[in-house]
Amino acid sequence: MPDTKVRSTGCGSINSCPAVKNILILDSDGKRVAVKYYSDEWPTNSAKLAFEKSLFGRTLKSNARTEAEITIFDSNIVIYKFVQDLHFFITGGDDENELLLATVLQGLFDAIALRLRNTIDKREALENLDVIFLCIDEVVDQGMILETDANAIAGKVAIQNMDASATLSEQGGVKATTYPCSCLGAVMGEGAKTPNFLKFLMTISQALASAREHLTKTLLK
Amino acid sequence: MAQPFLKKDDDHDDEADYSPFLGIEKGAVLQEARVFNDPQLDPRRCSQVITKLLYLLNQGETFTKVEATEVFFAVTKLFQSRDLGLRRMVYVIIKELSPSADEVIIVTSSLMKDMTSKTDMYRANAIRVLCRITDGTLLTQIERYLKQAIVDKNPVVASAALVSGIHLLQTNPEIVKRWSNEVQEAVQSRAALVQFHALALLHQIRQNDRLAVNKLVSSLTRGSVRSPLAQCLLIRYTSQVIRESASNTQTGDRPFYDFLEGCLRHKAEMVIFEAARAITELNGVTSRELTPAITVLQLFLSSTKPVLRFAAVRTLNKVAMTHPIAVTNCNIDMESLISDQNRSIATLAITTLLKTGNESSVDRLMKQITTFMSDIADEFKIVVIEAIRSLCLKFPLKHRSLMNFLSNILREEGGFEYKKAIVDSIVILIRDIPEAKESGLLHLCEFIEDCEFTYLSTQILHFLGIEGPKTSDPSKYIRYIYNRVHLENATVRAGILLQPHIFVLLRRCLFDTDDEVRDRATLYLNTLVADGAVVETGEDVKEFLFGSLDIPLVNLERSLKNYEPSEESFDINSVPKEVKIQPLAEKKAPGKKPTGLGGPPPGPPSTIDAYEKLLSSIPEFSNFGKLFKSSAPVELTEAETEYAVNVVKHIFDGHVVFQYNCTNTIPEQLLENVTVIVDASEAEEFAEVASKPLRSLPYDSPGQTFVAFEKPEGVPAVGKFSNMLRFIVKEVDPSTGEAEDDGVEDEYQLEELEVVAADYMLKVGVSNFRNAWESMGPDCERVDEYGLGPRENLAEAVNAVINLLGMQPCEGTEVVPSNSRSHTCLLSGVYIGNVKVLVRLQFGIDGPKDVAMKLAVRSEDEAVSDVIHEIVASG
Repeated sequence: MPDTKVRSTGCGSINSCPAVKNILILDSDGKRVAVKYYSDEWPTNSAKLAFEKSLFGRTLKSNARTEAEITIFDSNIVIYKFVQDLHFFITGGDDENELLLATVLQGLFDAIALRLRNTIDKREALENLDVIFLCIDEVVDQGMILETDANAIAGKVAIQNMDASATLSEQGGVKATTYPCSCLGAVMGEGAKTPNFLKFLMTISQALASAREHLTKTLLK
Repeated sequence: MAQPFLKKDDDHDDEADYSPFLGIEKGAVLQEARVFNDPQLDPRRCSQVITKLLYLLNQGETFTKVEATEVFFAVTKLFQSRDLGLRRMVYVIIKELSPSADEVIIVTSSLMKDMTSKTDMYRANAIRVLCRITDGTLLTQIERYLKQAIVDKNPVVASAALVSGIHLLQTNPEIVKRWSNEVQEAVQSRAALVQFHALALLHQIRQNDRLAVNKLVSSLTRGSVRSPLAQCLLIRYTSQVIRESASNTQTGDRPFYDFLEGCLRHKAEMVIFEAARAITELNGVTSRELTPAITVLQLFLSSTKPVLRFAAVRTLNKVAMTHPIAVTNCNIDMESLISDQNRSIATLAITTLLKTGNESSVDRLMKQITTFMSDIADEFKIVVIEAIRSLCLKFPLKHRSLMNFLSNILREEGGFEYKKAIVDSIVILIRDIPEAKESGLLHLCEFIEDCEFTYLSTQILHFLGIEGPKTSDPSKYIRYIYNRVHLENATVRAGILLQPHIFVLLRRCLFDTDDEVRDRATLYLNTLVADGAVVETGEDVKEFLFGSLDIPLVNLERSLKNYEPSEESFDINSVPKEVKIQPLAEKKAPGKKPTGLGGPPPGPPSTIDAYEKLLSSIPEFSNFGKLFKSSAPVELTEAETEYAVNVVKHIFDGHVVFQYNCTNTIPEQLLENVTVIVDASEAEEFAEVASKPLRSLPYDSPGQTFVAFEKPEGVPAVGKFSNMLRFIVKEVDPSTGEAEDDGVEDEYQLEELEVVAADYMLKVGVSNFRNAWESMGPDCERVDEYGLGPRENLAEAVNAVINLLGMQPCEGTEVVPSNSRSHTCLLSGVYIGNVKVLVRLQFGIDGPKDVAMKLAVRSEDEAVSDVIHEIVASG
């Protein structure tokens, strides 16, 4: 999201605190799905677009589907991962710990996968753009890493979906009523992979709670 | 009601470009935002409208002030809804709208209410939003809640408060510093991210207190930090402490090394890597210290994750520059990376191998690089070329395959910098490896047959002119040069004519369409055939063509203009060598030709060459050696005063010459015997040795007087000089221009003049700072941090330091983007004694206006690196 008022991240090599310069989600033509800039290195929208365009062109041919890929671009480290027709990017300074940046990108990616029930593509992302924005908002705050654990991020974003669970184009109640169940399924599927069983249980109970609350609301209508 | 969201097509699956936002329009969405004002709020619908607004902003759409204000006010109504999901979106859009101060007041109470809510999500987000939009005045009101939040048992709330604290520290440090106790408590939190955020904030609060940072590091390295992110931070802080303490404790083991080494066994890869990198970057790291770090990096090289391989190979590549032997163990793993899908990794692997490999592997490596040179970006290609150049100098026997490689890539597509790197490399190889000369020259010849860069063509032709005649068969090269004469533009053609032995060629050029080409051809041709001897170019001719002219060019020009074609040929020896003052002749009698060889008006010579010639023409200064630097003129008088004087400081190794450029602006006066009396009592290391008065200074005809000082050789002595202009003034009758015979002695006070440290520094840029920096190596590196005190902004601080050092900013880094809070500036220069100096300045705003700076200096001489620090420390 274009910042109108850019604030310093308070981080940089002087303070040796890891900093994220931007997070980009582009489609397979290099068009924006959701972007967020934290650095004033790209002061105008056209500077941002130019960066996105050349970065997209540079990385287009690489295979970043099973594992995230990495490159140095304009003296920045860029780590990227593609899924279906979506291209995820994270940018940091060129002396940033590459693995740390990769962890942030993976956290965001997995959180979105959790929330979108593992169907991550452009259409699903646009239909749930609110979820994408919220996930980005929970990952990085003005350049400072806020959370990297996918379950924690998804958990924080989940709270909001109790009521506004319908996708943008389906405003009817049909999908809304089925949503918590399928969400539960997704969470279980994902939860089974994580070794952190406690967190898994928490997520389950969270999902159950949301299902319960949703049921009461539908009944009251 | 507002227009409905676009209907989904039944068969949208087939439609590739389907988007729920297709055809979205700002005007329509702003209309839709009116639902925020409905008495019965529909949370789901409101959320969707907010998403559309966010989508528009995200696509780069801008709202006018009025539109933004309207949306903002409407959004504030949504605090009435108790819907959690909607509230979440409200928080996001408020941050995106960045309301102005008077607008912020509207939401303050709602946010403060949320900040004290029982719902964790409300508390966490309200803190983030409020801290993001508040201007500080509110901070004292909410400080109590923030302090509570830092130690909140919910980690999300604590993190929100801590991260906000990190941001607020930049603008309101005095308030945030009061939270130390709470932050310290949060460092002990069991929640991983809380610990990370707390540690980051605590360090930033204490970063200027070395002792406190030391204590923090000592206690935490003993305890257990749970979060990998926090552990990475701790490693960085530890490295800082090691760097700063290294100079104090020269004896015994390096403090905290054990901690870094212990981190190599951490379970998180990011921590292992952070520690390994920290070890490789230790000042003066020993091979014993390096070994465990290299071992873990080596394991990373065979990881399935590209990020891990990249991080490891990039670090090892750096290590290979200073400790090639330490990296040789990884050669086998490095080899397998040559075919890595990720070209960045492959390039780094190959260049590392080129630095560490042995002679037998060169051919194979070169073959492999060739396969993907076309796939990688120019910046990486240059890295490869530089690696090859140094390799070839290391293994001269391999020149054939390396030269072939260079010539092959020279024929392929590429930008100027890339091509220049290749040509430079070939030229260096030709110079240093005699066996490579003939093939190298031929490659260059072929290249100029089809070269799009005029600059490179001229450089190569010039080089051919120097090297060509020394080869076994110079005629080979003449053909290429001859081709160029026919095809190329004027610059290239003129460049070609620097080959003095190609006589037929020169004849041809007499018919060229370009003036300069014809002139040069005529000149060389006449020189060459002067005595009927075509090939034997005498010493004096060479001297004339390639030696330096020992008379000021301006004088020569003037004399040539005055020369009337006659039987007697122009005699260069009649040109005055001294810079003379133009007599008033022309004014007195217009039309009358100046008698004799009247000197030209000696306007201030602009280049160092001109200065050098000028100074060497003055016998008193001729034994001062080579001129190191001439400053820009410094005005010693106010504008529009009777006498305008500026001074140029000429720096020699053991002398300083002040050149006072004087102009008399009073038509009724003629000044004679003009000198400057210099008082050097505030410049103890300087002793006046010579002074050259100006005989006469007529109206509006500038003249120079000089004063020379001796100073200790090679020492960057500084000092203050006060100046007094002393002269004999004679009245001039404006009608006749005749001066009276009797004059009066008079004095005129000039402003003070200072010789500063920057005068001993030449502004000399480097094309690629990073390469220059790395090839300089850390042996004579000196790093320290400075507080520059309160400054208007970063740009002002950056400029001040650049001017203080008098160095050349590189790569446009002197420009500070507005509102930046940190900036890196790269400087390059040559210090007196011809010592190359590179400087990396990192600026940061610490607190409201205080600027802090980290200064890293690399040079060829550690004494010089220290001097740069002294300049900054005393500046």
